[in-house]
Amino acid sequence: MYKSMEDIRNFEENVKRFFAAGEIPGFVHLYAGEEAIAVGVCAHLTDEDYITSTHRGHGHCIAKGGDLKGMMAEIFGKATGLCKGKGGSMHIADMNKGILGANGMVGGGFGLATGAAMRNKYKKTDRVAVCFFGDGAANEGVFHECLNMASIWKLPVIFVCENNLFAESTPQWYSSASRTIAERAAAYNMPGVRVNGKDVVAVYEAAGEAIERARKGEGPTLIECVTYRNHGHFEGDEQTYKAPSGEEKEWAEVDPLEVFRQYAIENGLLTEEELDQLREESVRDIEEAIEFAKKSPEPSPESLYQDVFAD
Amino acid sequence: MAREILFMKAINEALDQAMAKDENIILLGEDIAGGAEVQHLEEANEDAWGGVMGVTRGLAPKYGRERVIDTPLSEMGYMAAAVGMAVTGLRPVAELMFSDFIGFCFDSIIGQGSKMRYMFGGKAKVPMTVRTMHGAGVNAAAQHSGSYYGLFGSIPGVKVVVPATPYDAKGLLLSAIEDDNLVIFSEDKTLYGMKGEVPEEYYTIPIGKAAIKREGKDLTIVTIGKMLYVGLEVADILEKDNISVEVIDLRTVAPWDEETVLESVKKTGRLIIIDESNPHNNTATDIASVVADKAFDYLDGPIKCVCAPNTPVPFAANLEKLYIPDANKVLTVATEIIDDLRVK
Repeated sequence: MYKSMEDIRNFEENVKRFFAAGEIPGFVHLYAGEEAIAVGVCAHLTDEDYITSTHRGHGHCIAKGGDLKGMMAEIFGKATGLCKGKGGSMHIADMNKGILGANGMVGGGFGLATGAAMRNKYKKTDRVAVCFFGDGAANEGVFHECLNMASIWKLPVIFVCENNLFAESTPQWYSSASRTIAERAAAYNMPGVRVNGKDVVAVYEAAGEAIERARKGEGPTLIECVTYRNHGHFEGDEQTYKAPSGEEKEWAEVDPLEVFRQYAIENGLLTEEELDQLREESVRDIEEAIEFAKKSPEPSPESLYQDVFAD
Repeated sequence: MAREILFMKAINEALDQAMAKDENIILLGEDIAGGAEVQHLEEANEDAWGGVMGVTRGLAPKYGRERVIDTPLSEMGYMAAAVGMAVTGLRPVAELMFSDFIGFCFDSIIGQGSKMRYMFGGKAKVPMTVRTMHGAGVNAAAQHSGSYYGLFGSIPGVKVVVPATPYDAKGLLLSAIEDDNLVIFSEDKTLYGMKGEVPEEYYTIPIGKAAIKREGKDLTIVTIGKMLYVGLEVADILEKDNISVEVIDLRTVAPWDEETVLESVKKTGRLIIIDESNPHNNTATDIASVVADKAFDYLDGPIKCVCAPNTPVPFAANLEKLYIPDANKVLTVATEIIDDLRVK
């Protein structure tokens, strides 16, 4: 789990650097600071399970086992990218890993995950689907429709809200009529739990319980992971709307990687040296991914017309 | 063996035969089994409505409620779920009761299903069919009568089929279900009660191929859906005037059959397109622009589109009658472009 968190952090720091240098086109929405959620949840999943992701999808894809080279090449818009340079940062998908795509539509994942869970149930498997979404997406109509359907049909789906306190520039306290997102679960007769999204162990435990319930056919769970969006909505966002104070400031200052390092050392899971070694490995892996991406060719002009339809 | 059955029965039979053949085919939609008390249904395994028009009746008892899924009134949610089912290996056939309701679930079509294959570099497929219902003529007023197939047809990654006969309805629906893409199958609600010859066996009709329903040499009339019958009526009338009309039933709005239409126009030199949708940016205008671009030199007169007016569908019977393109409207524009033939 620690390696995966380091991978996300290093991957994103480099994406930020190359985006600033003008080497990465388009929009980039960074996840760094929220690593504990993707990693804590995906640690329970296999390639057979499905996830749907968000605008801020790099972390989910890495945590679910997405190929780092293919991901980096995709973000650079190269032919060797996971989506052959047609998707970019907002649409990274890896069907072989059960990654049904980052999504440029806020709320786009609810239906995909619900449908994937319907498939899992119909096929009588114990595979689950996890829908990652933001606090902003919890205010889309499709959230309510899908939670209702998932509950009446007891679908093996887990709705994981990453409440990073901001929907674009709008704070969660302003846009949500309920105090928490988790309490909305009551309306759909499913468990709603709220956990510290900076603490990978807390997320891991809550997700484990929910995923076990889902695998046993006991239906969906809504998990709200409270975290903080350290970066702008997109890179280049000046974040003039942010003025962290009080509780928000506390959330902003916690680094989930440091929290986990301390926990691992205190509980004798890993030594400081081992943790440093994992960090170095991660740095090397990301460097390789960058080299691969930079050396890769651009998509061919004729590929513009390819893959609109399946034959 | 062919026998005469209703248009709605042809659709029902296609769904039945498709489901018998492939267990991955799942129906979902509002009231498609339903309306009756669920406890009772589970015991008796019967359906009540079989959809608002009864098109899916009998399928829930035969295939069970796992495969004929009544959804809550949540168009946005279940249409999105159908995309999720399709991308993970099932072949859902989702019924959208009236195509006017598409507003609730356009993200599934515009944002997700139509784009996933392309966005993911060809590594996903979305084999889903959306069955829906369009068309004026039953005094259902503006929110239950619109014709939006042209709107869907302008989205890359979406195929759109509009059948006009029971025979086509069965064969085209089976093709739509077999297709590995998102196909919108739009049924004209006024055709459900029409009878026609339909073979009992499983057969498919290729998507993208128009049907020449009547051969002619002076004027081409291209029709969509039930406008076929308007085109045939006009052809009968003009025949008495010794004017020979070729009537083409487009059958598929996206992709539409350029080859058949262009060949016909090159032969006749004159073109009228009848389309019940609103007149701007619709299938008729698209056909007109392509023909003007690719067959201009063959034209002996202006291309004419006969469409619904640029209004929502009215309720009052007399207004609704005015709304739907009819033979008189087509004859009026035909007169303008066949005058030279009459002089002879």
